[in-house]
Amino acid sequence: MDIAFIVAALIAVAATVRVITCYNIMHALLYLVVSLLAVAVVLYTYGAPFMAVLEIIIYAGAIMVLIIFFVMMLNLGLETAEHEKAWLRPRIWIVPGIFCVVLLAELLYLILQNRQPSAGIQVVPPKQVGMALFGPYLIAVELTGILLMAGIVGAYHLGRQHKKTLHRFLENNLNT
Amino acid sequence: MNLHPTTAGLLLAGILFVLGLISVLIRRNIIFMLLSVEIMLNAAGLAFVVAASHWGQADGQVMFMFILAMAAAEVSVGLALILQLYHQLRTLDSDEASRMNG
Repeated sequence: MDIAFIVAALIAVAATVRVITCYNIMHALLYLVVSLLAVAVVLYTYGAPFMAVLEIIIYAGAIMVLIIFFVMMLNLGLETAEHEKAWLRPRIWIVPGIFCVVLLAELLYLILQNRQPSAGIQVVPPKQVGMALFGPYLIAVELTGILLMAGIVGAYHLGRQHKKTLHRFLENNLNT
Repeated sequence: MNLHPTTAGLLLAGILFVLGLISVLIRRNIIFMLLSVEIMLNAAGLAFVVAASHWGQADGQVMFMFILAMAAAEVSVGLALILQLYHQLRTLDSDEASRMNG
């Protein structure tokens, strides 16, 4: 167990505790992104750099941006700007910023050091993952594609707004 | 602290999973519940990758990729559901959804 794992694990647990104790959704999302980055560093220390990159790209990138846009979309209104101003005070983002700087320094240290993982960990190269993915797991990959398709269609169907105003001719006919 | 790396990784995954579980049990804001489910999925994926590095097999990392895809699909459908809930009920309280009809 090396020091990089301990630091990343402590940051992950601290950020997750902050996520579940926050009242403000934006603060929680900020800490959740930090938590996911810390988990990515943990994955890197476990000899899975490809999974760490996927974690950053998909979890911390795509999914978190989706949720952040969604949250920002929900509370449209005049008070949005004031909320924005209140949410982005330096006191709020300075702790996640410190966590992120520590994680970045750690990741750079790990990459530049280019050492072998500690004993008891076997590195699984991405090539082996790809061979397994498109060999014995081929049907599962196809099913995942179907699942994503169903997710897209379901999200479109559920998130669709029903038109509240009809055409004015029809509206007049409805009123009479 | 002289833990085996696999033990340490599984311990971290367990702590994160329990934190997400506690949050999904005590929270009433439905977006926080969705975030907690994300935390739990992430912890499960971490456990899979740790197991993969323990045995040197690629299966755990393949499962991690599947969990990632499933989390993406789940969060898109979940956000659409929350959007509908918010438009119908004007609140994000999950208890309000118990009187859904039709």
